[in-house]
Amino acid sequence: MNNTKNSRNICVSQLDSVTVRFAGDSGDGIQLVGSQFANATAIAGNDLSTLPDYPAEIRSPAGSLSGVSGFQISFGDESVLTPGNKPDVLMAMNPAALAVNLKNLDKGSVIITNSDAFTPVGLEKAGYKSNPLEDNSLANYRVIGVPVNTLAAGVLKDSTLTPAQVLKCKNFYLLGILYWMYGLPMETTKAWIKTKFGKKSPELAAANAKVLEAGYDYAETTEIFDARFQLKKSPVTKGKYRNLTGNEAAAYALLTAAKLLKKKLFYGSYPITPATEILHTLAKHRAQDVVVFQAEDEIAAICSSIGAAFAGELSATGTSGPGLSLKSEALGLAVIAELPLVVVDVQRGGPSTGLPTKTEQSDLLQAVYGRHGEAPLVVLAATSPADCFDTTLEAARIAVKYMTPVVVLTNAYLSNGTEPFRIPKLSELPKFETSPLPKLENYKCFMRDPDTLARPWTYPGLAGYEYRAGGLEKQNIEGNISYDALNHEVMTDLRADKIARVVKEIPPTKINGPEEGELLVVGWGSTYGAITTAVTEARKTGLKVSSVHIKNIFPLPPDLGTIMRRFRKVLVPEENSGQFRMLLRSAYMLEPLGLNKVQGQPLNSDEVLCKIQEILRGN
Amino acid sequence: MENTMEKKLTAKNFSSGLPVKWCPGCGDFAILSMLQKTMANMGLPLEQYAVISGIGCSSRFPYYVSTYGFHSIHGRALPIATGVKLSKPELAVWVITGDGDGMSIGGNHLIHAIRRNISLKIVLFNNRIYGLTKGQASPTTLQGSKTKTTPLGAIDYPFDPTRFAIGLDCTFVARGIDNDIAGTSAIFERAARHTGTAFVEVLQKCVPFTDKEFDSLKDPATKEEMLLRVEHGKPLVFGKDKNKGISFRNMRAEIVEFKAGAVPAEVAIYDETNADMAYLVSGLPHPEFPTPIGVLKAVRKPAYEEMYYDQVKTIGNTKEHELEALLSGPDAWEIK
Repeated sequence: MNNTKNSRNICVSQLDSVTVRFAGDSGDGIQLVGSQFANATAIAGNDLSTLPDYPAEIRSPAGSLSGVSGFQISFGDESVLTPGNKPDVLMAMNPAALAVNLKNLDKGSVIITNSDAFTPVGLEKAGYKSNPLEDNSLANYRVIGVPVNTLAAGVLKDSTLTPAQVLKCKNFYLLGILYWMYGLPMETTKAWIKTKFGKKSPELAAANAKVLEAGYDYAETTEIFDARFQLKKSPVTKGKYRNLTGNEAAAYALLTAAKLLKKKLFYGSYPITPATEILHTLAKHRAQDVVVFQAEDEIAAICSSIGAAFAGELSATGTSGPGLSLKSEALGLAVIAELPLVVVDVQRGGPSTGLPTKTEQSDLLQAVYGRHGEAPLVVLAATSPADCFDTTLEAARIAVKYMTPVVVLTNAYLSNGTEPFRIPKLSELPKFETSPLPKLENYKCFMRDPDTLARPWTYPGLAGYEYRAGGLEKQNIEGNISYDALNHEVMTDLRADKIARVVKEIPPTKINGPEEGELLVVGWGSTYGAITTAVTEARKTGLKVSSVHIKNIFPLPPDLGTIMRRFRKVLVPEENSGQFRMLLRSAYMLEPLGLNKVQGQPLNSDEVLCKIQEILRGN
Repeated sequence: MENTMEKKLTAKNFSSGLPVKWCPGCGDFAILSMLQKTMANMGLPLEQYAVISGIGCSSRFPYYVSTYGFHSIHGRALPIATGVKLSKPELAVWVITGDGDGMSIGGNHLIHAIRRNISLKIVLFNNRIYGLTKGQASPTTLQGSKTKTTPLGAIDYPFDPTRFAIGLDCTFVARGIDNDIAGTSAIFERAARHTGTAFVEVLQKCVPFTDKEFDSLKDPATKEEMLLRVEHGKPLVFGKDKNKGISFRNMRAEIVEFKAGAVPAEVAIYDETNADMAYLVSGLPHPEFPTPIGVLKAVRKPAYEEMYYDQVKTIGNTKEHELEALLSGPDAWEIK
């Protein structure tokens, strides 16, 4: 930490990274303030990772513990891979937000709060017998109480806004304080306020901007703020960036894939948390060649997409666990009809309705095996919000190359979280290929490409190639219905062999750390940030640990078995009861150790680090 | 690519040549040949057709037609067909379903396809039984019918598919009978030309399980007394001697008898564009009243695919060179 002084003798500390948590009523605009802050850090050149955490209810009673909504962001240099474990700074809008989040704060961390909200009623709703800002119970923290309601009202005393409208501006006051603390630019938020409110109510726009600046000035001039922080920047690749959630990234990948393939995109989906934002995003981009269909149910959603795939277009559907269950019969149809289809499964806490807004990795075995009959398909998992783009794009590429459904596993953590996404140029993206249309005189609807075993993607409108697809077993090559016993086995083997050949698409597995050692941590999907951070930390303390992170869940990377055998022990941390571990055990006859968390919350790097230490130090 | 448009196609061109595996005497054979003929008469080449089905005896249909076809899973023909039509609206998409596939497991999809008015030609083969699974009661099985699952007689109230579709404001609803080649072929031709959802119920016997089900509607001795052939703009007249008609008094139907040829003014003139009339006529109680067949409802309103592509007409295709702008959105920043 380098300390410098500025004009008001304020200490400016250099930090690698910092974690800030915004918390308040779900109606308080917490997600909005959080994402504005995230954009400001991005523009300042920081790497960042965010995680919204909101209740399942749209609006719980104001001020109640169950209604607390959170938004956590970690930002700084390139070491930022997760939204952080415990916040360094908590911005609590009311007593309930403080009560809910206090247990996650380390001693010495900063609490900035709206002291005007600590009224007898507010305290009672949060379960406080006395005011924690006054009773010394927060002596171990650095508490900064700001009477935000009073100050915002003062700033806007000449405005014609109603008292209720004035009160709604209060978030921007606290945001202004944080912008000062971290030396962040206010311009993007001001521009955003202008576009958001400018047309409807120029007055409201002006008021919000004024309150934002007032917060900034308040921090600058008030002596209660004695520290400013400067975050190290991330040495990022040149280019154009934006913040994307995992869901937006998946949606944009589908649009991009259709363009690369020069086909229409068809997206059939049914609203389900936390996958609906993919549907929203694509609905905004409807065009002649982007067909977005809100189906009557989950089954109709996948079936409409299967219909569009049969009709020769790039087809996809998105869902979450319960919806994936409903889609499983139709997935079997796509497997036997050998049609390309992308299914994005945004995993959430299950089973059943479970924890619909919370995260988990518990659909893995359902994705890999959850169908009747022998019905292999390709399963990929995304590792970060921005990686949802690459993984979904790869899923589409494999789907059309191999004529197979591909399931992409993301989850609530990735789908709602954001990180900077470098907007690719079309020329940088992978080529999309399908097996060439055979000459009509040689054509059989179940003939196969010798390399990929894909059947030709013929579709209505192509004269002379008419064929009948279907769920009944087909005669090899010819494609007519066949009940022949041996033919069924041949076709079953061909379908499995085709999926097995997808290993040719998998790049060599990257090892984080030395290629051999005491312990290999094998992660998959959304835990990439937590595991990589923990393993890097552990190695700094001399522990002989490395990690690999798997995106190709089925089929598995061909080099994974060899890599695992170079380590004395293998640890598989995951947000389920050991599903990937089971898959690895059956594939490689190894006995990996597990670290399992099923709390609807993402694994954090501290938990992984503790487990690594426990295994390697025996404590 | 050969252009099949240039030569006039016949019903034979629409046969896949595969051996047809329905029971001897099954009503499905007649429907197959009527539909093959209808398709040939439409002047569209083979590749412009997609025939989509679910599961059941009738759903084997696509294998016997030489167009593109998809024999899918139980109840799901409609959403699959919706995906086909919506992504390639220029195709003629026919859906073949049955009373179990369409009214039971696929009932939700039927409601929503009709609600959207998407241009699918839905042919529902109604034999009032699960034939492929060998004789269980279906949603159209009449009360009292003894089947393997209703040994004491069915107690469920049955659906009337035609009335069901009219009740949902389907823009084209018709009922035909498998042995009425002229009447049912005419219905198929009109369904083929309809824009919006066309729903055709075909009453059809199942030889092993409901062989006698529609005998009264088919027996030359009784059928004209039991059938009401509705025709737009014509009076609702029936009977072997065309001496009976339907009149409505206070919205209740009555049978009026008269001397052949002298149709009294009180006999209703059928209006297929009148949803209320279609609902009344489709609900005539049996067996006191004859069973209506023919086109009961035909109106034009914008179809789902028309509205979809109309909405995006001004947007056009997303351009490749615009993809970067599209991905950037309004709030991207540049790092140099």
